[in-house]
Amino acid sequence: MSVTESATIPAEPAVRRLTTARAMVEGIAQEMDRDPGIVVLGEDVAKYGGIFSSTTGLLDRFGPQRVLDTPISETAFVGLGIGAAVEGMRPIVELMFVDFFGVCMDQIYNHMAKIHYESGGNVKVPMVLMTAVGGGYSDAEQHSQCLWGTFAHLPGMKVVVPSNPADAKGLMISAIRDDNPVVYMFHKGVMGLPWMAKNPRSVMAVPAEPYETPIGKAAVAREGRDATVVTLSLSVHHALDVAEQMATEDGAELEVIDLRSLVPLDRETVLASVAKTGHLLVVDEDYRSFGLSGEIAATVAETDPGLLRVPLRRVAVPDVPIPYARSLEQAVLPVPGRIRAAARELIGA
Amino acid sequence: MDDKTRLDLYRVMVLSRTFEEAVLREYHADKKPAFDIGAGLVPGEMHLSAGQEPVAAGVCAHLRDDDAVTATHRPHHIAIAHGIDLDLMAAEIFGRETGLGRGRGGHMHLFDPRTHFSCSGIVAEGLPPAVGHAFAFKRAGGDRVAVAFTGEGAANQGAFHESLNLAALWQLPVVFVIEDNEWAISVAREASTAIGSNADRAAAYGIPGQRLEDNDVDAVYTAAGDAVARARAGEGPSLIEVHTVRLWGHFEGDAQGYRPDLAEVTGRDPITAYEARLSAAGILDDAAIRQVRSEAAARVEKAIGFAKSSPLPAPDTALEYVFAS
Repeated sequence: MSVTESATIPAEPAVRRLTTARAMVEGIAQEMDRDPGIVVLGEDVAKYGGIFSSTTGLLDRFGPQRVLDTPISETAFVGLGIGAAVEGMRPIVELMFVDFFGVCMDQIYNHMAKIHYESGGNVKVPMVLMTAVGGGYSDAEQHSQCLWGTFAHLPGMKVVVPSNPADAKGLMISAIRDDNPVVYMFHKGVMGLPWMAKNPRSVMAVPAEPYETPIGKAAVAREGRDATVVTLSLSVHHALDVAEQMATEDGAELEVIDLRSLVPLDRETVLASVAKTGHLLVVDEDYRSFGLSGEIAATVAETDPGLLRVPLRRVAVPDVPIPYARSLEQAVLPVPGRIRAAARELIGA
Repeated sequence: MDDKTRLDLYRVMVLSRTFEEAVLREYHADKKPAFDIGAGLVPGEMHLSAGQEPVAAGVCAHLRDDDAVTATHRPHHIAIAHGIDLDLMAAEIFGRETGLGRGRGGHMHLFDPRTHFSCSGIVAEGLPPAVGHAFAFKRAGGDRVAVAFTGEGAANQGAFHESLNLAALWQLPVVFVIEDNEWAISVAREASTAIGSNADRAAAYGIPGQRLEDNDVDAVYTAAGDAVARARAGEGPSLIEVHTVRLWGHFEGDAQGYRPDLAEVTGRDPITAYEARLSAAGILDDAAIRQVRSEAAARVEKAIGFAKSSPLPAPDTALEYVFAS
């Protein structure tokens, strides 16, 4: 019996529904069953089970030799993961909030991400760096950022960003099995936590057996003919909500692309959709300038600007820190209201 | 210490110095008359280790190929003492496709899976991965150890303290070695470090710490023997600081105008001193010295020749190896 099956979510005989957090943990646990070289370490990952429930139950199941609480020493324990990975282990290291990367980025971008290249391919670093991202619950400037564009900008790390339980499990298993360092960024708002507002999409049917979700393949989360919404993570939930609303109220059909990974970036799926709809809206909870939304725009512009019948739109965090007050935070995050307004403008609704 | 051990330490130090002298020669050969750091067969920064050989030789004499070593931006003597293949290292320094990293890394980024050797150009940041090697070794059972070399300037970095704490907390088989060459580029240790001995910092983490005041390979050998044995026996990490000497500049091209001891520094050459000591002990004589030096020169020139005759990486392969396929 897996730890997730002992969860409080009522198990149904035919369709088993899990939160994103429980699906992630199930993926980790199934891989730990298979490979004794997998260890999980980080701050509060053992007894607490991860501040955002990313490791709940793993300590009880696998014991303190494989699930380790670390000191608050991100440089030391991220670096430890690198050394252990070089020796053939498959560490899963949790950076509690991505916002904390500032205290350990040298290990991440100068070491974890570059060793394979510097060694001419002779040394592999098969580790997963998982980290919580995102805002929406008034955690303010230092605990609400997404920052995936920062990691994706620096060569040598794969960057995956699941939006739902099934992908969370499959991408975790793929990340663990990958011979490269993979930064696995889970939005707190998609985890299905009981103590945070959540979208119903953070709970869904998840296959019980282990499976891989390919890294570098976007998903068409919703098909539509009128406009393409390229997005990821929690914004997928918002975009789908907006798409359903607009189908009813505006008679418009949005196609929603869930990128699922930034590195590699599935440019083909984006281009194919834009070729079909001729309209592009990028929704990104990261900062607006110099990031993912600009990269998507450049992808279209470099391939064929003629694909766009009207100029593209971007809904992202304007270039300000994430504010604390709810009124201010909601003003800068890509909330459904902003997405809908931009989508309506885009299609002239 | 028996005679053979001391002779081996001497050989390693001479090989290392001979290598550095050859790199020095090659590095400057095509940067004349005006020094241009980006010119020549060996472009870029070059940090040579002359003077620091006793630390590398004395520590690495206790290591096997399956023990891990992480080194610094000044890595050659440590790599040589740990038994890295000279041809492959020279080729990497020359940026050749046959090098350890196929010319991608260069002299500050040497990775050798065979001897579990790596180095990093970022001060103190080689320590956390060493703790990780030790973590893997402890998990695997057996008696393998990791050794992290760093400089005295690194002892003021957070990575240093985090690594010592974590290694001590989890009782990992790692030996931390500080090469105190007195200079963090141009900043003297008195101007950067609040205490006289970084070995005292070991006490903060409940691990043994020892400072060796002399740049003496025999003393390093003895101290490192204890620390490595301790790690192999599962008794946890240790810290050793060796007061060594940087005979040359921080990097080539460094005029060292900040340094008041330039006139007398050559008199602190540890290899000359060791030759005299071994000669006095009847372990070496002039003929043996000549032989050791000539063997080292032959080995080094073979490596330099291998490097120079190896192909440069093809430009169209620059995008390879970002990811493992």
